[in-house]
Amino acid sequence: MKEWMRSGTPWVWLTGGAVAVSLVMVLGLLLMIGVRGLGHFWPSAVVEFDYAQEGQQPVRVLGELSRSETLTAAAMREAGHAVPEDQEIVVRHLIKRGNRDVTGSDFVWYLGSYSSEWRYPSDAMVLERLTWGDFIGYLREYREDGEVIVSGSEARQAFEARLQETQRMVREIAHIERVEIGAVNREMERLRLVERGLNLRDELGAAEREQRQAELAAERAELDAEYAALQARRNDLRSELRRYSIVAEVMDGRMQEIQLGEIVKAWWPNDMGFFAKLGFYGQSFWDFISGFPREANTEGGILPAIFGTVMMVMIMSVVVTPFGVMAAIYLREYAKQGPLTRAIRISVNNLAGVPSIVFGVFGLGFFVYFIGGGIDQVFYQEALPSPTYGGPAIIWASLTLALLTLPVVIVSTEEGLSRIPASIRQGSLALGATKAETLWRVVVPLSAPAMMTGLILAVARAAGEVAPLMLVGVVKLAPSLPVDGTAPYLHLDRAFMHLGFHIFDVGFQSPNVEAGRPLVYATALVLVLIIIILNLTAIAIRNRLREKYKAESD
Amino acid sequence: MNDLANPAGVAGKLRKERSLLPTGERLARLRRWRNIKDQLARYGIGIFGLGVIFCLGLIFVYLFSEVVPLFRSAAVTQGAVYAAPGPIDGVRTAQVASDRHNSLGVRLTDAGHALFFSPETGEVLEQKILPLPADVAVTARARAEARSRTVAIGLDNGHVLIAAYGFDEVFRGGARQVSGSLEYPVAVDGDPLLDVAGDGTAVRNLAVQRGARGIALAAELADGRLVLVRFEETRSFLTGETTVERKQYELERPPSNAAITRMLLDGTNRSLLVGDADGQVHYYDIARPADGQVRDSRRVMQDPNAAVTSMEYLLGSVSLIVGGSDGSVSQWFLVRDADNIGRLTHIRDFESHAAPVRAIAPEYARKGFATADADGTIKLHYATSERTLATYGGIGTAPRALSFGPRANALYAVGEDERLHRLIVRNPHPEVSFSAFWQKVWYEGRSEPDYVWQSSSATDEFEPKFSLVPLTVGTIKAAFYAMLFAVPLAIMAAIYSAYFMSARLRGYVKPTIEIMEALPTVILGFLAGLWLAPFIENNLPAVASILLLMPLLMVAFGFIWTRLVSAEWRARIPVGWEAALLIPVVILVGWLSVSLSPLLEVALFGGDARQWLTDVGITYDQRNALVVGIAMGFAVIPTIYSISEDAIFNVPKHLTQGSLALGATPWQTMTRVVLLTASPGIFSAVMIGMGRAVGETMIVLMATGNSPIVNFNIFEGMRTLSANIAVEMPEAAVGGTHFRILFLAALVLFVITFVMNTVAEIVRQRLRQKYSAL
Repeated sequence: MKEWMRSGTPWVWLTGGAVAVSLVMVLGLLLMIGVRGLGHFWPSAVVEFDYAQEGQQPVRVLGELSRSETLTAAAMREAGHAVPEDQEIVVRHLIKRGNRDVTGSDFVWYLGSYSSEWRYPSDAMVLERLTWGDFIGYLREYREDGEVIVSGSEARQAFEARLQETQRMVREIAHIERVEIGAVNREMERLRLVERGLNLRDELGAAEREQRQAELAAERAELDAEYAALQARRNDLRSELRRYSIVAEVMDGRMQEIQLGEIVKAWWPNDMGFFAKLGFYGQSFWDFISGFPREANTEGGILPAIFGTVMMVMIMSVVVTPFGVMAAIYLREYAKQGPLTRAIRISVNNLAGVPSIVFGVFGLGFFVYFIGGGIDQVFYQEALPSPTYGGPAIIWASLTLALLTLPVVIVSTEEGLSRIPASIRQGSLALGATKAETLWRVVVPLSAPAMMTGLILAVARAAGEVAPLMLVGVVKLAPSLPVDGTAPYLHLDRAFMHLGFHIFDVGFQSPNVEAGRPLVYATALVLVLIIIILNLTAIAIRNRLREKYKAESD
Repeated sequence: MNDLANPAGVAGKLRKERSLLPTGERLARLRRWRNIKDQLARYGIGIFGLGVIFCLGLIFVYLFSEVVPLFRSAAVTQGAVYAAPGPIDGVRTAQVASDRHNSLGVRLTDAGHALFFSPETGEVLEQKILPLPADVAVTARARAEARSRTVAIGLDNGHVLIAAYGFDEVFRGGARQVSGSLEYPVAVDGDPLLDVAGDGTAVRNLAVQRGARGIALAAELADGRLVLVRFEETRSFLTGETTVERKQYELERPPSNAAITRMLLDGTNRSLLVGDADGQVHYYDIARPADGQVRDSRRVMQDPNAAVTSMEYLLGSVSLIVGGSDGSVSQWFLVRDADNIGRLTHIRDFESHAAPVRAIAPEYARKGFATADADGTIKLHYATSERTLATYGGIGTAPRALSFGPRANALYAVGEDERLHRLIVRNPHPEVSFSAFWQKVWYEGRSEPDYVWQSSSATDEFEPKFSLVPLTVGTIKAAFYAMLFAVPLAIMAAIYSAYFMSARLRGYVKPTIEIMEALPTVILGFLAGLWLAPFIENNLPAVASILLLMPLLMVAFGFIWTRLVSAEWRARIPVGWEAALLIPVVILVGWLSVSLSPLLEVALFGGDARQWLTDVGITYDQRNALVVGIAMGFAVIPTIYSISEDAIFNVPKHLTQGSLALGATPWQTMTRVVLLTASPGIFSAVMIGMGRAVGETMIVLMATGNSPIVNFNIFEGMRTLSANIAVEMPEAAVGGTHFRILFLAALVLFVITFVMNTVAEIVRQRLRQKYSAL
C-alpha cells in the first residue's frame, strides 16, 4: 500500500478522474439540455389525486407532474410549509395545474405524504390556449351560440370536429392582423414621414406643397378604406368564432366555459397511444420551431428568434468573410515579415480573447450613436427624434459581431495559407504566373477550406454571443421581422430577436419563470444543436484539409 | 491551373502558319495588363488589409477617446463683464440668477428691482418692482435652494418678503422665447409682506427654504429673538383648494453668545443650522418646531479666531458647506450617533482661499459648488470627489452675489463695485477623482465612509456613487472562484490525456472537451441560475460530500483495480483507459451524494443546512459565487485544458524516454521532467483562461444577484465590471459621466485581457522555440 502510494499511481488515477469528471460534466450537460428540451413536447400524463392536509378537507388535484424533489422537513418548515411532525425527509412534487385564470397559480408544490394514490383518468383533457396558459380539466359540454348542443362523452367528437374549423379561422385572423393590417400600418407611417419631410423642406413653393399634400391625402384615404375593409373582415371572423364554446370541469369541480377561438390545441394525454403521442410530439415541436411567441414569450414558438439569429449571422458573414480573408492574405503574402507584422499578428490573435461586452460597448458608442445617429441626421431627419438607424438595429449587431469574429477568420485563413507547401507556389511562379495570378488561381482555391473553417467558427461564435447584442440590437419582442413584403424587403434598421437573448429574457425577466422554463430548455437545445453542428462541420473540414495537404506535400 | 502555362516557348515555331496564339504585340499587351493587375492586387490587398487592421485598432482608439474627457480638467473663463444691469448708484445687488439656456438673467436689488436682462450684453429686457415699502431699508437677504428660485428679503421694520422669480418659455414659430415672471408664494390677505417681528424690530439674519413640505422661514431679529415661521400647505379633499396655514414659533438662542452670521433651513423642515462669529455651527432639531432646541454645537473652524463667514446647503439640503474667515472651505452633515441623535460631522476639506470666504453658490443638479472670497477669487469644488476643480483669478472685489446657471455651465458674480461678471464654466465630469473611484468615500446620509457603486436613483437630489472597488472586487472574486474550480481540473485532465491516455481514447476525449468551448455562455448562465443555484441551495451537503468523496473514492478504486482485481480482468481493459473506468465511479459518487444529502442534512446540520449557515453567521444568497465559480469554471476548462494539453503533449519524447530509462516512475517523469518543461505553456493556458473569466458577462449576469458588494464570501453574489456594463449601459445618458465611466470599465477590461493574452502568447511562442531547440 505504502509502496503503491509512493509510486505515484494514485496521482495518475486522480488525473484520470479529472478527465472523467470533465467528460461527465460535458456529456451530462448536453444530455440534460437534450432531455429537458425535447421532453417538453412529449404529452405528459395528467395525474389526479386527492390531497388531504392534516385537519383539512381533502381536495382533488389534477395536473401534470413537472418535477419532484427530496428535501429535509426542517428546511420545509423553515420555508413555512406544514409538514407532519414525524417526518424528517419530505418528497414533494411540482404539479402543473394550469388554469391560471381560475386558480391563480398554475404551478404548485404538493407533499407526497399527503397525496392519495395517483390516478390517470383517460378523459382528462389539456387545452393550449392563446391566453392564460394551459387548461386542464374534463370536457362536459359543447355549445353553439350559448346553447348546449352535445353534452357528456359525445361532446369530445363534436368539439374536435369544430376545433379544426376554428383553428383555421384563428390562423386567418392572425394573418390579417400580422401581415395585411401590418402592411397598411407601415404604409401609413411612411406617408406620415413623407409629410413631415415635406414640411421640413423650406425650398418648396406653396403651390407645389399643397399639391403634394393633396396627393398624400388621397393615398391616405385609399389606405383608410383598405384598413376598414380588413377590419370588417376580421370582425366578421371574430364574431363567428365567438359562437362556439365548450364547458369543462376543473379540478375543484367548478365549471368553466371556454371559447373555441381561444383554443390552440386540445389533447387527451392519458388516452393516447405511443404513436399518437409521437405524432403529437412532432407536431408540437414543429409548432415551436415555426410559431410566433405569445404571452410574454413564455408560450408559442421561436420562429422570430431563429430567423433573427440566422439573419444576423448571414449579414455578419457577408461582411466578415471578404475583410478577414483580405487581411489574412495581406498579412501572410504581401506584408514584409518582420517584428511589426509579428506584433500585428499577435494583436489580432489576442483580440479574439477580448471580452465580447467590450465589442458591444464599442458597437453602441461607435456604430449606433456615432454612425447611426449621423445617418439619421442626414437621411432620416423627418423621423427624428425617434431613431431610424440611431437605435438598436440588426445591421449594427451584425457589424459588431463581424468585428468580434474578424480575428477568428484572419487566424484561420492565415493558418490555411501557411499550410500550402512552398513547392506549389514555386511551381506556379516558375511557370511564369505573376504573384496575383498565383494567389487567385492556386493559393486561394487551395486554402478555401481553411477560410470556410474560419467562417464556420466565426458563425458558431457569433450565434452564441449575447452580451454585445444586448447593447446594439436585440430586443425582447420584435414587432416585425427584418425581412418582409414591403420595400426594400430587407430592413437593416430593425431590431431583432435572438435565440440566446430569448433564453436570457424568458429565463430571467419573464413574469412566470416556471411556465417559461421548458421553453428555455427547448430554445437552448435548438441553439446548442445549431452551434455544435457548425463546430463539428468546421472540425471535419479542418481534418480533411490536414490529411489532404499531408498527402500532397509528401 | 493548366491554363496558366505560358505557351510562349512554342509560339516561335508555329508563327509561320497562322497561329492561334497571340502575336508578339498582343503578348506584350497581355503582359502589361497582367502586370497592372498584379500591381492592382498588391495595392488593393495592401490597402484593404491595413484597413481591416486599422479598424481593429479603432476599437481601442474609440474607447480611449470616449474616456479621455473624464480626465480633462475643468475651466472657468471670462464670458463678459459689464456694469450690473439697471441702476447701480447706491443700489446693492441682492441676487443674480439665469434660466437654463443662459438666455435670460435676473438681478434682484435692495431697492426692490427685479431686472431681467440678457446675460450676453447686460441689456435690461424687462423690469419688475418688488412691493417694498418706500421708507424701509433691507437688512437681511436669504435664498432657498437654487432650483426653487425663491428668495427672502428682511427689512428693518421687522417684515419679510418672500419672492420667487421664474423664466417662462414659449415656443413661437419654432423659436424659443423666454420672459421673466415674479410671484409671491405666501401672502396674507393679498399682502406679500409678512410681519415677522410683530413690533417693528429689524430683521438681522434670515434663512428661507422651500421644499416638498412647504415654505419655512427663520429670522434673527435685532433684539436677539430667534423666530421660526412655517407655511404649511393643506389641500382640502372636498374642494381641492389649497390653504396656506402660517405658524410661528420662537426658538432659544444658541448656547454661545457670539453674533450669528448665517442661518440655513433644510428642505425637509427638520433642521435649522446657525453659524456664528465664534466659528461654531449650532444644529436645531425643528422636526417638532414647538419644542425645537439645539441638539449639537460644533466648532467648524480649525483656527480658534475664525468666524463662519458663509454657509450653504448643497443640492438636496443635506450637505453643509462652511466657509470661514480664515479662508477654509469644508463639508459637514448630520450623522446619527449611537443614541440616534444627529451630530454635525466633518466630512472633508477643500482647497482654502487666501481671504475670508464671502459667498458660496451650489449647483442646481449636482453636488458641486463655487466659493468666492473677499479678494474676489473664485474656486470650483465638487463634494463627492473631494476636488477643487478650478480657480478663477478674480472679479477684483468681494462678491455680493454669486450663482450658477442651472446647467452649471455659467457662473454669475456681482462684486462690490456692482459689476457683473458672466463666467463660462466647462466642467462636465467633476465626479471623477482617484479617491471617488478607489477610496472609501463618505456619502451623504451614510454613517461612515464606504465603497459604494450606485449610479442612479429616482430622486433629483441623488448623489451618484462611482466607487469602482465593488466592481473590481466582484470581478476578481468571480474569476478567482472560477479558476479555483477550473485550473486543477483542467490541468489534471490535460496531464492525463496528454501523457497517460491511450491514443484512441484521446481522439475522442479531446474534441469532446473542446466542444464545450463553443457552448454559448448564455446557456451555461441560464443553467447556473435556474437549475444549479436552487439545486445547490437544496443540496448543500451534497456539494461538500462530492468535494470530499470524489478524490478519495477515485484513489480507492485505483487501488482496488491495480492491487485487488485479478490480472485476467485487468487485461481486458487496455492501459490508458483508466479514465473510462472512472466514469461510472464519478456518476456513482455524484448520485450517492445527492441522494444522501437530505440524510446528511438531518444528521449534521439540524435538518436545514442553509439555516445552519445563517446561524453560524454566514450570509447565503441563492445565486452566489459558488454557482458562478462552477458555471464559469465550466466555461474556461476547455480553454485551459486545450492549451495545456498541447503544451504537455508536445514535450519532446526523448526527454521522457530518457527519464524513464533512468528508472523514474511515469509519475516522477511527469512531475520532474514533463511538467517543468511544459510549465510556460500551462502558465499561458491559465492566463488565457483567466482573461476569459475576467471578461465573461452572461454567466455572472444570470448566476449572481448582481449586487455590488465588497467581500469574498463564497455564499454571496457579486457584480462584475462586465455585468455592470451590460446592466447599466443601455440606460446611461450619452456623454454623461456615468456613460464615460462605463466606457472606462470597458477600456480597462480590454487592456487587462489584451495584456494577459499577449503575455501568454509571447510565453507560448518562446516555449515553441525552446521545444524546437531541444
